[in-house]
Amino acid sequence: MKKGIYLLLLLSISVHFLANAQENAGLTLPNGFKANLFAENIGSARHIAISKNGVLFAKLNRADKQGRTIIRLEDENKDGISDKITGWANYGGTGIYLNGNALYASSNEAIFKYQLDGKDEVVNPLSPITVVTGLINRRQHESKSITFDKANNIYVNIGAYSNACQEKDRTAGGQGMMPCPILDSAGGIWKFDASKENQTYGDGKRYATGLRNVIGLDWNPQANKLYVAQHGRDQLNTFFPSLYTDAQNAELPAETFYEINEGDNAGWPYVYYDNFQHKKIVSPEYGGDGKKEGASDIKNPAVAFPAHMAPMGVLFYTGNQFPEKYKNGAFITFHGSWNRAPLPQEGFFVAFVPFKNGKATGEWEIFANGFAGTVDGAKITSTRSAKARPCGLAQGPDGSIYVSDDTKGSIFKISYQK
Amino acid sequence: MDNSKIRCFVIGALMMFLFVSIKTQAQNVENGKKIYETRCLVCHQADGGGVPNMNAPLDGATNVVGNDITRLVRIIKYGFNERVELDGLYYSNSMTPNPDLTPAQISDVLSYIRSSWSNKATKVTTVQVQQGIKGSQKTSTK
Ligand code: HEC
Repeated sequence: MKKGIYLLLLLSISVHFLANAQENAGLTLPNGFKANLFAENIGSARHIAISKNGVLFAKLNRADKQGRTIIRLEDENKDGISDKITGWANYGGTGIYLNGNALYASSNEAIFKYQLDGKDEVVNPLSPITVVTGLINRRQHESKSITFDKANNIYVNIGAYSNACQEKDRTAGGQGMMPCPILDSAGGIWKFDASKENQTYGDGKRYATGLRNVIGLDWNPQANKLYVAQHGRDQLNTFFPSLYTDAQNAELPAETFYEINEGDNAGWPYVYYDNFQHKKIVSPEYGGDGKKEGASDIKNPAVAFPAHMAPMGVLFYTGNQFPEKYKNGAFITFHGSWNRAPLPQEGFFVAFVPFKNGKATGEWEIFANGFAGTVDGAKITSTRSAKARPCGLAQGPDGSIYVSDDTKGSIFKISYQK
Repeated sequence: MDNSKIRCFVIGALMMFLFVSIKTQAQNVENGKKIYETRCLVCHQADGGGVPNMNAPLDGATNVVGNDITRLVRIIKYGFNERVELDGLYYSNSMTPNPDLTPAQISDVLSYIRSSWSNKATKVTTVQVQQGIKGSQKTSTK
């Protein structure tokens, strides 16, 4: 009898704990916000897009068990959890963008266009139109993220296949190549006309340069400008130990968020942004010593974030569901770092960047945290132990936002209830 | 010398031998750990877990605990940037070469990664590394 009571007690306690762990899908959110899992275990979900009917499309980095790399998720019974999951395509990649009923998806070399019907079902899963092809993929920083302006132009990131343009990549003390030959075909944003087919470098335009690797990018509709988030260079300490300590490397350089005008240069590989001196500092591969300032015509970031946190997705919020302060501001997902080692890793959250009249105020705050799944504020010391790593971002028709995780393939839905 | 003295001597010698070999093995791994922390930890992380999609894990990796020592020696010395499938997955970063490590240091760091975390493979000797360097000079394309 007594035993039974104890068991019951134990059971109710554990049920209580479980229920608690599930609350808001494990996320910490500002007051009034709620989160739930829209989907789980769908594969390495990178960027996501949502139709006006609320159908979500996720681009997978690798094919799932059924060999698919574009996943279509629909919530037919409208309970906030997807219940109809289908998919197609066989190429890994990151980019996905919905423009009316044209769905664009990218591999690590090309951009394809699919047609959706009135029910958001794909019409030509096996025969997409090739919009852009032949983009450089030399393994490192290979993903091709895409966004659009209002005039049907595609902006695609072509990441630099290098850390800091050293003659031999990632070697101790190695000098940087001058000029850096990578910048001709990578390390920037290229612009293409979405209505044309089979385009490659010659048909497009290098819109911005000096960007080492951008994964998160979005069009700011209020400013009518492109915004991109750059992954800053790695390993200042391991390659230049006489100039940078482990602790300095953990905080340098800043991850940077830029407002981009045509022709802008963000300075990679020659400089990096130091968030403490608030200066563009010459890279050690190019004769820098941690203090020497770079050329003045290099773009300044709109917002600078702590080092190595890896911004993955950018979303300008245009919905009406969230409180007023979020309107026209930007959400940014941070994948979480690896290059802060031997210090603990940081990131694994969604940040919010307030905007006023189309300009970033320069401030930022953590919006959604807890993706890594650690308890009692424990730190992640090895990146693989993070349970989820935020990646893609999209806004649903009701103004909720969705965040993808490319580790286990969860899709978090975050809503506000007045 | 009578029988018991001989036995004593033999046991003593054996113990000495065991002690010395345990000590050199321990030193070997201790050295390897230091090399790991300064050169490898940044990418392969403290628990050998690597970074998903970027840096291959060493903990539990079939090749790391496998018998192809020449391949491991070549990877440490010349770096690795081939993006081949490793236990079913691909990694996009390029691994830093370590041309300045001596055969003894390479055997230390290999012994460390083969016997750390969940890995329980045999240690690697300096002789094996020297043979590996010879072998990889023939096979290396770089
Ligand atoms: C700059 C990051 C980086 C550093 C530093 C680094 N590695 Fe690696 N390592 C990698 C990457 C990336 C791969 C996979 C490369 C590929 O697939 O082409 C790899 C692969 C390996 C492999 C092969 C694993 C397998 O399953 O076949 C071994 C062994 C290894 N590294 C050991 C080391 C050791 C020991 C050190 C230190 C002396 C080290 N690495 C330093 C990034 C790094």
